[in-house]
Amino acid sequence: MKLKYRKRALRYNLITYGMVIFFYVLWEIMMNTGNMSSLMKGMLVSLCYYSMLAVSLNLVVGISGELSLGHAGFMCIGAFTGAIFAMTIGAALPGWLELLIAIILGALVSAAFGFLIGIPVLRLRGDYLAIVTLAFGEIIKNVINVVYFGIDSRGPHISFKDSLSLGLEPDGVTIIKGAQGISRLPRNATFTLGIILLLISLFIVLNLINSRHGRAIMAIRDNRIAAESIGISASKYKMLAFVIASSIAGVAGVLYSHNLSTLQSTSANFGYNQSIMILVFVVLGGIGNIRNSVIAATILTILPEKLRFLDDYRMLIYAVVLIAMMLFNSAPSAIEFRARMAAKFARRKNSAEVDDER
Amino acid sequence: MKKWRIAAAAVVASMMLAACGGSAEETTTAATEAAAEEAEAAETEAEAEEAEASEGAVWTFGGLGPITGSTAIYGTAVMNGAQIAVDEVNEAGGINGYQVNWIFEDDEAGTETAVNAYNALKDQGMQMLIGTTTSGSCMAVIAETEADNMFQITPSGTTADITAPANVWRMCFSDPAQGTKSAEFIATHELATKIGVIYDSSDTYSSGIYENFAAEAANQGLEIVAAEAFTSESNTDFRTQLQIIQDAGAELVFLPFYYTEASLVLRQANEMGYEPMFFGCDGMDGILTLPDFDVSLAEGLMLLTPFAADATDDKTVSFVTKYEEKFGETPNQFAADAYDCVYVLKQAMEAAGVTPDMSVSDLCDAVCAEMVNVSYDGLTGAGISFSEDGEPNKEPRAVRIENGAYVMMD
Repeated sequence: MKLKYRKRALRYNLITYGMVIFFYVLWEIMMNTGNMSSLMKGMLVSLCYYSMLAVSLNLVVGISGELSLGHAGFMCIGAFTGAIFAMTIGAALPGWLELLIAIILGALVSAAFGFLIGIPVLRLRGDYLAIVTLAFGEIIKNVINVVYFGIDSRGPHISFKDSLSLGLEPDGVTIIKGAQGISRLPRNATFTLGIILLLISLFIVLNLINSRHGRAIMAIRDNRIAAESIGISASKYKMLAFVIASSIAGVAGVLYSHNLSTLQSTSANFGYNQSIMILVFVVLGGIGNIRNSVIAATILTILPEKLRFLDDYRMLIYAVVLIAMMLFNSAPSAIEFRARMAAKFARRKNSAEVDDER
Repeated sequence: MKKWRIAAAAVVASMMLAACGGSAEETTTAATEAAAEEAEAAETEAEAEEAEASEGAVWTFGGLGPITGSTAIYGTAVMNGAQIAVDEVNEAGGINGYQVNWIFEDDEAGTETAVNAYNALKDQGMQMLIGTTTSGSCMAVIAETEADNMFQITPSGTTADITAPANVWRMCFSDPAQGTKSAEFIATHELATKIGVIYDSSDTYSSGIYENFAAEAANQGLEIVAAEAFTSESNTDFRTQLQIIQDAGAELVFLPFYYTEASLVLRQANEMGYEPMFFGCDGMDGILTLPDFDVSLAEGLMLLTPFAADATDDKTVSFVTKYEEKFGETPNQFAADAYDCVYVLKQAMEAAGVTPDMSVSDLCDAVCAEMVNVSYDGLTGAGISFSEDGEPNKEPRAVRIENGAYVMMD
């Protein structure tokens, strides 16, 4: 029984990795043979970080069973950590080393924030995590909007008023200009790097799920009292899942900040809507289904861009498609219909086979 | 078996998603290749080929801006304003004998979407970019155009750093220029010495102007007695800010933000019985056309604007009439800036003698070299020229609202 379970999990994981690698190779070939549109080329890296965000949020929502509405906040922290590093110490380093350190820093800082938020909230039952993370995401976004940060020969300066009150020496540079954010960032994120990071994230999350810790986390999700009665510390395991998810979101943020030359903390990229968008990836893919999160994130990122030919009706159609997909995926009657169709299909095939045998 | 079928369907779907639009790119690469071949070929042959290539060739100008979302009116204005200019140019025989095709994509004023929209334009064969409309997305797109060496002129992106790459030009005044010019204007006209400022700290345009205004005010001997910020999430109640500014004894209140918020400031100041002078920037333009706004509140309001739709010169009258006829609205300065962009581009392209079969990069180099020699009388100023760093040289114009209409100040 145990062996069978393991075998099934291994197959699921291998299909997931195989799918990612397959599309990587396919798109890489298309890109190198000139069969890919500029639009698609420009989106490859973003597909990677949205997939990472969906995978990490699924760990919280699907596996640990807590609702988090501030995932974009962790992404924001990672993005700004990575960008500040790239603009200061990292500017003198070679590109790959700068990226590596930025990724590690982004993961650590986001994890630290995840831990801080987790301490009070994950001890509670109910929807508190949703409330706190929602507020957290908005706070982070708005705090960054008023931060002015510059560096000169006397060291770093920070202000919450305006860039004049930084009082920089003539040789100083302002790095974060409040709402104007950080500009002229290095753009050294590549599709290959994105895929490597996505595979690492998948590896971490999938292995966690199939480990002793993962089973403990799912046991708490399914029945907290029963799990605690056999000595599983609920807050500890929930914290584990939450901190891992935040640090992956942080890494996705670092990737984001190295993909565009400018980084601003607006509601479009790190606000509430973005957090909900990531949640939509998870829900559409199926709560707890990691592979489908990646697929949903990819489709929903490409879709609005591919609907550009519809002009003004673009977002309207996008919304309709989204609702239709949700219904098809999760409405009870749709599931029933799908099962019926599948049964019919299977029956017909069976009878065909029987016919053949005759 | 069933799984394989699903996998095959997924592969086909992904290929379709990825390759859709690929054909457009192929044609452009084919065109550039053809251009490269021509350059190598002997002169006579090249001429013959060129003549062949010119048949059916058009200029493709791309535009970017938000046409959905909260800043949609600006993107729409740019799209429509440039359309008027393109129609006029095409009617008059095009640029260097080639017609102009104007394509526009929605960037939702976001950085990520703007880059995607830019790539979508490239897939449609864009040769030059008139955009983007908003500053934030512009900062993201300049890195792309710089890498592609694509000519870019922004009608309304005001952030200072936009024109840093050599291929990027600007039609409007930058934030520093607007802040500095406003402070200069107030000081030279001796309007006031004690100044209060309200600004939107979450908006790059507003905070950018404020910072440069504050820097120049110190040089001009103006005293900023209070500088109060608000954000896009708290932009409906300005009583606190006005109270602080009133208590600080400001004679003039500087409002470097857009007219929707400014209309609330004016109404709330009026309700409080506070009547200082108000001074705004180009974002204030449009306040008179705001629905449900009591125009008498704006009486005496001064603003720095490059364009007034009720000006009586021939160019403006003709533009406004055409715009109203075609789109049913009064054009704002964004439309005027976009209109001027097309004509500036036309002048530079005619001076450079470029043809559509040139590669995007060659076009950019040729046109950039001529941009500094452009001198153009447009809607947003007479004798517009450009300096090496990509900034426009034109006189700032200020208007005062009297009897519900703009009156030029001098």
